[in-house]
Amino acid sequence: MNAPAPILRVENLGVSFGETPVVLDVSLTVDPGECLALVGESGSGKSVTARSLIGLAGPGSTVRADALEVAGVDARGLSQRAWRSIRGNKVGLILQDALTSLDPLRRIGKEIDDALRLHGSGSGAARAARVVELLAAVGLDDPVRRASQLSGELSGGMRQRALIASAIALDPALVIADEPTTALDATVAAAVLDLLAGLRAAGSGMLLISHDLSTVAKVADTIAVMQAGRIVETGSTEAILGDPQHPYTKALLAAVPAGKPRFARLSPATASPAAVAAPAPEAPSAAPGESGQPPALSARSLSRSFKVPGAADFPAVKDVGFELLPGRTLGVVGESGSGKTTTARMALGLLAPDAGSVHLFGEPWSAVPEAQRRTRRPSLGAIYQDPLSSFDPRHSAGQVLADALSFGATRNPRKHAGRIAELLSLVGLAPEVAARNPATLSGGQRQRLAIARALAPNPRVLICDEPVSALDVSIQAQVLDLLDELQRRLGLAYLFISHDLSVIRHMSDAVLVMRAGEVVESGDTESVFTAPQHPYTRALLAASPAPTPGR
Amino acid sequence: MHPRTLAGGRSARIAGTAARWVLGKIGGGLFVLWAVATAIFFGIRMIPGDPAEAIMGGPGSQASAEALAQARADYGLDEPLYVQYFGQLWRLATGDLGTSYSLKLPVAEVLGELVPPTLVLAVLALAVAWALALVVAVLSTRSGRLGTALASGLEIVSAAVPHFWLASVLIMLFATALGWLPPVSTNSPAGLVLPVATLALPLAGFLGQVMRDTLDAAHRSPFALSARARGESETGVLLRHSLRHAALPGIALSGWAFGSLLSGAVVVESIFARPGLGRSLLSAVTARDIPMVTGVALLSAAAYVVIMAFSDLAERLADPRMGGS
Repeated sequence: MNAPAPILRVENLGVSFGETPVVLDVSLTVDPGECLALVGESGSGKSVTARSLIGLAGPGSTVRADALEVAGVDARGLSQRAWRSIRGNKVGLILQDALTSLDPLRRIGKEIDDALRLHGSGSGAARAARVVELLAAVGLDDPVRRASQLSGELSGGMRQRALIASAIALDPALVIADEPTTALDATVAAAVLDLLAGLRAAGSGMLLISHDLSTVAKVADTIAVMQAGRIVETGSTEAILGDPQHPYTKALLAAVPAGKPRFARLSPATASPAAVAAPAPEAPSAAPGESGQPPALSARSLSRSFKVPGAADFPAVKDVGFELLPGRTLGVVGESGSGKTTTARMALGLLAPDAGSVHLFGEPWSAVPEAQRRTRRPSLGAIYQDPLSSFDPRHSAGQVLADALSFGATRNPRKHAGRIAELLSLVGLAPEVAARNPATLSGGQRQRLAIARALAPNPRVLICDEPVSALDVSIQAQVLDLLDELQRRLGLAYLFISHDLSVIRHMSDAVLVMRAGEVVESGDTESVFTAPQHPYTRALLAASPAPTPGR
Repeated sequence: MHPRTLAGGRSARIAGTAARWVLGKIGGGLFVLWAVATAIFFGIRMIPGDPAEAIMGGPGSQASAEALAQARADYGLDEPLYVQYFGQLWRLATGDLGTSYSLKLPVAEVLGELVPPTLVLAVLALAVAWALALVVAVLSTRSGRLGTALASGLEIVSAAVPHFWLASVLIMLFATALGWLPPVSTNSPAGLVLPVATLALPLAGFLGQVMRDTLDAAHRSPFALSARARGESETGVLLRHSLRHAALPGIALSGWAFGSLLSGAVVVESIFARPGLGRSLLSAVTARDIPMVTGVALLSAAAYVVIMAFSDLAERLADPRMGGS
């Protein structure tokens, strides 16, 4: 046996908070230059596992293991001082969302310099030079200026790169990356993953943590699937993705929308009431467009710009037009800042366009005053990325629905008990949910409640603005399946906004690709995805992760 | 754009921003002083009674009608209201605060003697409150749930205690019962302890609550975890990260706190028989000494304006996101 000593060897790691075990019997090995991905949903214990590997499981935690070797050191029972000499020096940790993971009050350069200073690396001038070198190494332009900026002044991708620079400042033998790309746009995420792959190629061992199998497929050598604190399956990336054994792994893979045809189920078929009530036809029964009925929602040459203090007006949307047919889905895809949400707000009549017009069922919508729109508002509903912030925190789920059903006249759930029960069952929620506060519901349940609320006035068009972006893949699958079922059952038209191409492809009949406020490409979904014309669409497609091994 | 012109434009823009900021503060301050002078001028005339009587030594002085008329003429009180108002504004604008009715001395001279003791009291109280609040906040984040609960309870109680009650209790305890400190405040250091404590304790409770919450949140934030993962010690996290976050709301509140200290000084200076602005304001109002009341009010307003500008500046220096540096 001439194999190099592993950089990380964990045997039967257990972590508990008080009496509650969070991680059970986890065993992992990472060799130099190897990338192990730890995949599981929120609450499965992956982050706690990662943190206990650097002695930061958190206050009130108990960590025990049969073996815990980090960079050749037996880390069981290490003193805090000994841990500090390992952290940042031999192990680098990269967290999700660099906006909150870098101190917003300190300059980027200072944060990176800390890692060097704490481990006694060189004089002040030497460290300053190294900081600039690191910022250039992670691919930031103008590194000298970046070092003097605050994290709030950088874009999401640049922040994540800066955070990576601070974690790899001392060439740690092991890099732990906890959801490093989750908050990022697809092209940015792809670039960050490439950067991480480069570190691995340079000889660092890597532990990559994600809730999404398709994210890790590109870089991981080995995948460990974690569920409820335990590792349920470990294997090479090819084996896990190509021939999953454990039912949970299979469910996770099935939940990934990439490559699944329209209306194909993503979540295991549970007998949700909507599904039972409406046996699915192959496609929407209406054949719109030919029947001569007007589009449900149409926009012509929409433009809107915003004032920026001390600068020229910022054009958020430029000359955007679309037609959404009844019972169909129009997907709007683009990265953050491409004008998707501004378009949605104009379609909802919440924001007046500077130029152009919106028509709802052939009648003027954006051009008429709100007093005339109000009576027609019930036909147009909306759901958003973060449903919780759209619920009044003092209201129970039942009150939320009563409020929507009565158009704000009452919040007494008893006045609409029948319809509330109906709506809850329509979105697959138990009737008892009516009495609960939305804050106590899970992310998926909250989004179901938001959908129920949007359905309360019997709308015919639903505007969905990133409805699944904050959800785990398997929950996302359930919500997407629900939206599919509702569309077939109620004949709803969706304006479906997402930054995720695989979600858009799975959900849409036609697609609009937006970039910097403009539509760069549009057409029916299959032709846009199989034969993209615009270079930007091709770049987006190339960056989009798919659950196929990358190497 | 050429990098050099970019940098040059940037520093010029910063200088321009700073000049605008200073001009804005001065303009705002002048507006506040005018508003205070006007409010005082009209407000004090709504109090029933004749100012001439106050000049002659109060209603008990039995001054003759001729003497009162003479006093009115001397002090311009027989002129139309608008003439008095604009005359008053003009005198204030030229720095003439008038002569105190009751003390028969120039108001500026009287204030010159009263300001230093009150300033010493307020500044010391603010400093002590900050120190107490920080110490309690830091200790409580390090001592777990029990320590946090204890600190929070202490803070709520001390923030809720009124000055007059706290002063009486402190006097009974440390002056009457233990005899450690004098019950009457002089300018000796020992005489300052009880008045400063009376003003500082409630403020410390208030500041402590805000700062401890922020300190806790910063300590548990992802950037603190990142810092620990870089090898930072708990002390390092505190000094380099969380303390700065905790100081921000404290700084923002300090301008307001200084104003509340000035009004607290009215009570404390009276109870401890300590010379100062607060106590003189009380006696000036009682004696209907219009020039004195106007002088004290304007001075307090000016002090408040200056302190607010300083706290704004301090906030900008401590929080780089506000573009202060």
